[in-house]
Amino acid sequence: MYSDLVMDHFANPRNVGEVEDPDGVGEIGNPVCGDVMRLTIKVGDGRISDVKFKTFGCGAAVATSSMVTEMVKGKTLQEALDVSNKTVAEALGGLPPAKMHCSNLAADALHIAIDDYLDRSGVAVRDKLAERAAADAQADSLECCQQGAEAGVSCTLATSERGGDPKALS
Amino acid sequence: MRDVYFDHAATTGVDPRVLQKMLPYLGDEYGNPSEVHRRGQRARAAVDEARAQVASALGADEREIVFTGGGSESDTLALVGFAQTQEPAHLIVSAVEHPAVMETARYLQKQVGWEVSVVPVDAGGHVDVDAYAAAFRPDTKIVSVMLANNVVGTLQPVAEMAGIAREHGALFHTDAVQAVGAVPVDVRELGVDLLAFSGHKLYGPKGVGGLFVRRGVKLRPVIHGGGQERGLRSGTENVPGIVGLGEATRLAVEALPVEAPRQSALRDRLIDGVLSSIDEVGLLGDRNGRLPGNACFTIRYIEGESMVLKLDAFGIAVSSGSACASTSLEPSHVIIAMGYDPVAAHGSLRLTLGRENTGEDVEYFLEVFPKVVEQLRAMSPLYAKG
Repeated sequence: MYSDLVMDHFANPRNVGEVEDPDGVGEIGNPVCGDVMRLTIKVGDGRISDVKFKTFGCGAAVATSSMVTEMVKGKTLQEALDVSNKTVAEALGGLPPAKMHCSNLAADALHIAIDDYLDRSGVAVRDKLAERAAADAQADSLECCQQGAEAGVSCTLATSERGGDPKALS
Repeated sequence: MRDVYFDHAATTGVDPRVLQKMLPYLGDEYGNPSEVHRRGQRARAAVDEARAQVASALGADEREIVFTGGGSESDTLALVGFAQTQEPAHLIVSAVEHPAVMETARYLQKQVGWEVSVVPVDAGGHVDVDAYAAAFRPDTKIVSVMLANNVVGTLQPVAEMAGIAREHGALFHTDAVQAVGAVPVDVRELGVDLLAFSGHKLYGPKGVGGLFVRRGVKLRPVIHGGGQERGLRSGTENVPGIVGLGEATRLAVEALPVEAPRQSALRDRLIDGVLSSIDEVGLLGDRNGRLPGNACFTIRYIEGESMVLKLDAFGIAVSSGSACASTSLEPSHVIIAMGYDPVAAHGSLRLTLGRENTGEDVEYFLEVFPKVVEQLRAMSPLYAKG
């Protein structure tokens, strides 16, 4: 079901972890939906000097996270903002149709991280593209979560707290 | 690399003895059992022998066995076939039924006008018998509760529940697809009216199954045509498949007294090993009262499909109830029905043992699995220690 390239990024993920003292953090998804991505970036001279990810999710979620870090490392912020979920999937040689929506959020996480950087650095004119990307990403994540909501679970964007109900464990 | 198959609830390989018995009917013995010539009658004799094998294995009469195209078709024939004999009424199912039953009940509700009650289960996956008994109404005509669950392996008190249905004048159907060949199944002891089973879960071929229909129970066919299988399942018989199903059922029941305790011991070692070597892991389903070969866990902070893929890279085949590992993109309704949250379902891993598994397979898994969990947790933003 997955291409060789997807399996390669899943089996040997690039840039796993968190950058030290990040300039921007982007988190998207929800444990209830089965995917959470956390991207941390370092920015220098208007370029993404370092980027790392942590992902809870399926093979596609891990592979897209890994791929997006490779695609944007060393790139300018604008170039990074031009990377979309679609171009990430294309760079991986495609994803199974069922995975395109829910598990393909890595570029959104990146855009949120860049947005966070712009916020923190107090850039006067915030990049409209970044704002829109973040809004789109939120909408996507909520839509993806409808199944969870139907199962009687309230659906909110993930926060940094540990998800889940401890009584689910014996 | 080792090749360890722990996914016997999904399907099993055809037993070589079963294959040998099937081969002539894929070759020279291609007769149609409906024909009067000798070639046809040899095929008829083969189908009759298979019917006798299955009937004997289940404690049924030969006339009570209908061959079908598999477990899902058997469930459909039982429920839709019965519904077609009367006006829409009330049907009871458990919350942990296989989709073959759940979706058929949904179909009857939405398209035919039946009312459906879904009976809850406890944290171990057992049907709440009090809630079940309370669900009956004067117009309850049929009940469907599985014998053994396909996800967590929980065995249901079918004999008790069938008795309650009888008191209320309702028929009792059980999906025994996971149970036949894995635990003793006797239709008279269970007191069921209808019982579905499948070939490929018991080392027989795919695309063939059957339905026990107690004498006196009236169904109408779902597939119409030449009137084969006493009019209940038209279409030229799948002779090689039926021959394989008969032999596989016979062999599985014959092997049961040895296999059930052997697999239970392997399963217990597997459960003990996982629970003792990994933190924040839970066993899904009861410790006892489950299928001999079923071990099902939820592992916190990591997702099922990634576990399946990582284990596959080590040559170990397992499955998960995670939404991400399913075609429907929904977490296992069985695990949710047991009161767990979707996160637990996403982190679920099902291991189902079978005949060819050995203690070495179990030890290999126990050696590999903690590494897989560690790798995935190191990558998980939900795991604080990562």
